Amino acid sequence: MKISFNINGQGQSVDIEDGNTPLLWVVRDILDLKGTKFGCGKAACGACTLHVNNEAVRSCSFPVKFAEGKDIITIEGLGTTENPHPVQQAWTEFVVPQCGYCQPGFMMATAALLNKNKLPTDEDIDNNIINICRCGTYYRMRKAIHRAAEISNSNS
Amino acid sequence: MTKSKLISSLLLSFIVLLILGFSNLAEAENKESKQVLEETPFDKVMAVVTHKRCVNCHPAGNAPLQGEDSHLHYFNIQRGPDNQGLAGYTCKTCHTTENNDFSGVPGAPHWGLAPSIMAWQGKTRVEIANQMMNPAKNGGKSPEEILKHLTEDKLVLWAFDPGINSEGIEREKPPIPKEEFIKAVKDWIGNGAVIPNK
Repeated sequence: MKISFNINGQGQSVDIEDGNTPLLWVVRDILDLKGTKFGCGKAACGACTLHVNNEAVRSCSFPVKFAEGKDIITIEGLGTTENPHPVQQAWTEFVVPQCGYCQPGFMMATAALLNKNKLPTDEDIDNNIINICRCGTYYRMRKAIHRAAEISNSNS
Repeated sequence: MTKSKLISSLLLSFIVLLILGFSNLAEAENKESKQVLEETPFDKVMAVVTHKRCVNCHPAGNAPLQGEDSHLHYFNIQRGPDNQGLAGYTCKTCHTTENNDFSGVPGAPHWGLAPSIMAWQGKTRVEIANQMMNPAKNGGKSPEEILKHLTEDKLVLWAFDPGINSEGIEREKPPIPKEEFIKAVKDWIGNGAVIPNK
């Protein structure tokens, strides 16, 4: 079956045998966008988080057939080297990652939160950013999320 | 009595006891299924709505329940202002409109929690029935609308096709089949939705 969508601002069509194939497989294996990670495969850890129509989605649990006509953003499309997204700027500023594997998912989850909540409190962060980091970088992430909100608000 | 005769008679007694045991078990099972069949439409409806597949999304608190043991939803998932989660993640972050056999995440159209006013967790079936038929506590629905909701809403009927969990194990279904539930709802509400005292 043919499925068409926009990904990181570019129109894209994929021919796929099984429409229930997770979007994550399509993004990584067909479109070769390796920034989105496979973690648990059961929508629990959040490593595979990307945006579908500006909402955070766990792509390991999102059948590609539901991507038809949607706007998808992966970590590769969040910002550019020349013009990084506020979340990317803050992450760099606080040197958040340790091993780094889960970080794209956290950054996408944070960007989705900031789309709706311009100034999240610590409580908002605890309740909304529910991904898992085995290195335990939560402390630096919290600071980076506050900083990303600050950068984002100063830009607008 | 020779040793071989003694062994033979002991073996025979064991076999007889085994047969009696199995027949009692089968009788108990028959009695149980007969009991379900003999229940009133009200009993049947309540047997379903008090099942974990329904109660898990009609929690008393502000977090969904999940699993066969109805534990609080993992990862601090919360009800949110519109019963669809919070700003950074909603139910749709993980749940779609259908069950996902790859991840084991369940799904159905408009997946989400029932409003707090419609909480069933910890309530008796009489309390649930009174709440369900009271327009002040059921979203202003008439008995006909409740009937339609219970018998046609895809999220309600998901309970009878709950899919597999992340371990590939089928989720437990309510105690009666979907068709029997739908018939019971129609019989109960069609005959005045009488709620017993207990």
